[in-house]
Amino acid sequence: MKHIISLMLENEPGALSRVVGLFSARGYNIESLTVAPTEDASLSRMTIQTHGSDDVIEQITKHLNRLIEVVKVVDLTEGPYTERELMMVKVRAVGKEREEMKRMADIFRGRIIDVTEKSYTIELTGDLSKNDAFLEAIDRSAILETVRTGACGIGRGERILRV
Amino acid sequence: MNTSTADKNSATALNGQSQELMGSEILVKALQAESVKYVWGYPGGAVLYIYDALYKQDTIQHVLVRHEQAAVHAADGYARATGDVGVALVTSGPGATNAVTGIATAYMDSIPMVIITGQVPTHAIGLDAFQECDTIGITRPIVKHNFLVKDVRDLEITLKKAFHIARSGRPGPVVVDIPKDVSFNKTTYEGYTADVQMRSYNPVRKGHGGQIRKALQLLMSAKRPYIYTGGGVLLGNASQELRTLVDMLGYPCTNTLMGLGAYPSSDPKFLGMLGMHGTLEANNAMQNCDVLLAVGARFDDRVIGNPKHFAQNERKIIHIDIDPSSISKRVKVDIPIVGDVKDVLVEMIEMIKESGLKPDSNALGSWWETIDAWRKRDCMKYDRENTTVIKPQYVIETLHKMTKGTDTYITSDVGQHQMWAAQYYGFDEPRRWINSGGLGTMGVGIPYAMGIKLAKPDSEVFCVTGEGSVQMCIQELSTCLQYNTPIKIMALNNRYLGMVRQWQEIEYSGRYSHSYMDALPNFVKLAEAYGHVGMLIERPEDVEPALREARKLKDRTVFMDFRTDPTENVFPMVKAGKGITEMLLNSEDL
Repeated sequence: MKHIISLMLENEPGALSRVVGLFSARGYNIESLTVAPTEDASLSRMTIQTHGSDDVIEQITKHLNRLIEVVKVVDLTEGPYTERELMMVKVRAVGKEREEMKRMADIFRGRIIDVTEKSYTIELTGDLSKNDAFLEAIDRSAILETVRTGACGIGRGERILRV
Repeated sequence: MNTSTADKNSATALNGQSQELMGSEILVKALQAESVKYVWGYPGGAVLYIYDALYKQDTIQHVLVRHEQAAVHAADGYARATGDVGVALVTSGPGATNAVTGIATAYMDSIPMVIITGQVPTHAIGLDAFQECDTIGITRPIVKHNFLVKDVRDLEITLKKAFHIARSGRPGPVVVDIPKDVSFNKTTYEGYTADVQMRSYNPVRKGHGGQIRKALQLLMSAKRPYIYTGGGVLLGNASQELRTLVDMLGYPCTNTLMGLGAYPSSDPKFLGMLGMHGTLEANNAMQNCDVLLAVGARFDDRVIGNPKHFAQNERKIIHIDIDPSSISKRVKVDIPIVGDVKDVLVEMIEMIKESGLKPDSNALGSWWETIDAWRKRDCMKYDRENTTVIKPQYVIETLHKMTKGTDTYITSDVGQHQMWAAQYYGFDEPRRWINSGGLGTMGVGIPYAMGIKLAKPDSEVFCVTGEGSVQMCIQELSTCLQYNTPIKIMALNNRYLGMVRQWQEIEYSGRYSHSYMDALPNFVKLAEAYGHVGMLIERPEDVEPALREARKLKDRTVFMDFRTDPTENVFPMVKAGKGITEMLLNSEDL
């Protein structure tokens, strides 16, 4: 089952590699991982998308908590949460494709952020399935390049992760 | 001489006030403030300022080993015996990589250590400098934590954190990597931080009261209770509390390889060690109990065998451990209690006293009858009366008979001799059995023994080893002479890598692939060459006299080369992948 784990950790060199090393050493999966400093520059916020049985997820959160630099860990999927991913897709856009691509971008509430004679770059944000759906919806052969940030997530309402 | 005395005096005079110090001097001050008495190490280019600072003081004794691996093992052995943080000091590059085996050994057994590694100067890091390696990267998976100190101003607080992390919570080794310029640069030193707070590290001490109460009710309602304890009881200095609890309840108790001595083996409630080479009664009780209290143990694969087989019998499990990640890792637990083993046991004992709850004595009586029937099988019997060849078990039993009740430490290496020592030396006290259980590192025996002997000069220290293991750190015989740490080495020499040979006999149809050691050195002459005493013992009747003679040589390291039966195997044995009650009891079961 898919889980989104959110953690706060000390913004120190090497902290990221400890997290990644833990996953590889113990054979856990990482589907995506995003990390950046928070409004408090001494802290980083990381979102890890992983999958595994309940037992495995329990071990993952316990082992993350055991890392000295990790301040807090929460499995967002245990409660209500929102997830977003930024995706940028460069697509071929020539002739009548230009109109079609523009329309598709509008339908998915994307924005065209770079235009050349032959291509568009479309920016999309949404949950992972929406971005997947966009890639499914357009002509696959038109895709020149895709880059995705991976999920970042936040709890809904009163569910607040802070130190 | 004058200069160094002057330096010492000025340092004392300024103690507690701010002063400009080099990183290396701050390191020495930190070690002194942490009451470090011994440092095992090996100098090299990157740590020369640190060695210079060590030269100018006389409160910390440095022991020059012959290989960095042994420095870490010796400090590790010291930590296991005393409970203090063990400290090792090595240089960059090969110094650090040689230390890796020692660090991993300590990590697997949760031993509190601080390992100082030199590093190339900060401006050279990443440029493939001479004797450079990524020590932090290499050691990351085998430490509790590690630090690269890039600025001398961070050194003092980093060392404080390193010691704090090493000894608190579930203990473990911490590496502090110090670039050469950081040990040379100066900064203002305002005394050693008294207390450190880390928002990301706050290990739990007290167990959850509600959970403890629930555990107690379950424990008291048990028909076939069993108490299974591991290294955590020793690390948490909770042997006394464990004894009180077991004696109050009258329940059977077992210790893991790492936990031997937590409960006295001479007490009838002790069923012996459990696991792959555990006793029949200890393993059968594990499988057949209805309530299991696990204390500071981690349901290791060598302890519960095949987890599917283990799960075939229904039982409720209470697990006390300081590390939440140890709970429900391999075996699902019903009542987890996260906390310091000592604190939790104290609270449990108090609750029992207050509640007036009593165990079910009828059920307990018939459970003991079942256990006694298993005991009657006498799974530890061997050919004691053999007069032609020395049985390795006999050597251990004789040692036990002669040293029982005395102030004695037993270290071992890894293999058959380790199992025989664990099985046949009845440990009655905690921290007296020093071995590498988790990583299973051959070569630890001599360094462990010399580390302990330095701290405990009045105790007798025996190293039970094999002719294979002992050669992995044999060079430390030299260190033993230089620092006058007279240890007694007992090599159970069967000319084979015995445990490998045993598996090859049992699992590989007797194809003894590269387990025979031809061209062994003459250990008697080797010991003599290192300035020690060597003894060759070839007949069973000479075992006791040899040990008596060796013990008389109090001030000498003695190497006893016991020529033991090369065909002997360790029994009982649970083959890999089998359940813990599917045991081979002797060679007839093969």
